[in-house]
Amino acid sequence: MRDVWSLYSEKVMEHFKNPRNVGEIENPDGIGHVGNPVCGDIMELYIKVNDSTIVDAKFKTFGCGAAIATSSMVTEMVKGKSIDEALEISNRAVAEALDGLPPIKMHCSVLAEEALKSAIEDYLAKSK
Amino acid sequence: MKRIYLDYSATTPTHPEVVKAMLPYFTDVFGNPSSIHSYGQEAKGAIEEARVKVADLIGARGEEIIFTSGGTEADNFALKGVAFANESKGNHIITGSIEHHAVIETCKFLERRGFLVTCLPVDEYGLIDPGDVKKAITDKTILISVMQANNEMGTIEPIAEIGRIARDAGIYFHTDAVQVVGHIPVDVNELEVDLLSMSAHKLYGPKGVGALYIRKGTKLIPFMHGGDQERRRRASTENIPGIVGLGKAVELARQEMGEEAERLTYLRDQLIKGLLERIDHTCLNGHPLKRLPNNVNVSVDFVEGESMLLNLDLEGICASTGSACSSSSLEPSHVLLALGLSPEQAHGSLRFSLGKWTGEEEIERVLEILPRIVAKLRAMSPLLKSH
Ligand code: FES
Repeated sequence: MRDVWSLYSEKVMEHFKNPRNVGEIENPDGIGHVGNPVCGDIMELYIKVNDSTIVDAKFKTFGCGAAIATSSMVTEMVKGKSIDEALEISNRAVAEALDGLPPIKMHCSVLAEEALKSAIEDYLAKSK
Repeated sequence: MKRIYLDYSATTPTHPEVVKAMLPYFTDVFGNPSSIHSYGQEAKGAIEEARVKVADLIGARGEEIIFTSGGTEADNFALKGVAFANESKGNHIITGSIEHHAVIETCKFLERRGFLVTCLPVDEYGLIDPGDVKKAITDKTILISVMQANNEMGTIEPIAEIGRIARDAGIYFHTDAVQVVGHIPVDVNELEVDLLSMSAHKLYGPKGVGALYIRKGTKLIPFMHGGDQERRRRASTENIPGIVGLGKAVELARQEMGEEAERLTYLRDQLIKGLLERIDHTCLNGHPLKRLPNNVNVSVDFVEGESMLLNLDLEGICASTGSACSSSSLEPSHVLLALGLSPEQAHGSLRFSLGKWTGEEEIERVLEILPRIVAKLRAMSPLLKSH
């Protein structure tokens, strides 16, 4: 019951208010589905891949403001990246792209990184 | 944008008349009540006047009221005070699973000091069964502590019945009445309580002051050692402006309580009905009738509380949630879990607590805004499949 979001950056609030890439992709090439062991939230990430390049990404998230903003940001970041490049994206990079997160909310960005990794793993497993 | 405050259970604004009553005690009547000169005696007179007002409100006698720094101190004082003073009689304490942290954490502390604590469950509405209290009593039981009404979901406990059981068994009975005093009638003799905690800032008084009612003859050790203040039970120079503020708040509450409780109950039920009608997959937490006049607590499925609060705040509406995401411990509310809610349902909980400056207009605005917010968040919820 405390005012955690007074610590959210303007960028976080902007992505929270207008999240990009919300929804599902029909016939995705990879789906990541992860739960947050810390607070119990859930994130789903869908990717479309063409020639080893991620051409589209969408998400669905049940979680706090930081979880929604990091989901939005990570889907923006992966678009146009090769699979190898996308695997390099860390939770810190997502948080930095949002001008930082309150320390207590860093675990939400971990969720975003894991959702992306799990979507890519799903894609790699399927394309074998 | 006009902001709408619906978090009166967290704290209330200080009533302008209370502030007015307090002001002279910072500057003109600033004496130390322990001094025998006129400055001191004026201050002393003001404390005693406030003491009588507080006592009158709950059917007690002035000498049974000890001023504290707030509800948390009153709870700590009651539990530790009774426990340590009655160790020779026994070491068993009975309490409930939905108590405020001020009681729960104090009980945990006492457990580490060798006391045995029985924590009673509640039913789906948050009610303690007095029969369970009776069954839990052993010949080592020295104290029972059950809150009069819950701060999160508003359920009012059967205090008088538990009081009767405690009295018959000769066991001290404490109730945390922080959410109740000044809002609905409280009488320590009808309830048969020996100790009762209250706080000024929940009834339009200032922060930093509260009181503990201690029935005459109750054995407990002092909370603070030092001077002779508060009948040697709580040393420290008295917080005169605060105590005067509490006295004034209590006086106003006494005049307005009856009508105000009726008005708030109506608004509360409007809000509950409206939310359940306009948002599907929503349920009320707590008892529908045995409920504080100002408390609305609902769980909205498939969405998380902090993101709802954040969206409400952007619209100027201030409420609270029992979601894990918004607590510093990242644990969902222990109260909602005790009712049998799943962690997801606790996640989606929202509390609106109404007060003096809440009217139909504010309720209407919540009913207009929240369904839109929920729809937006549900559209991005993986818990709700679109097909
Ligand atoms: S998702 Fe729960 S704290 Fe961020």
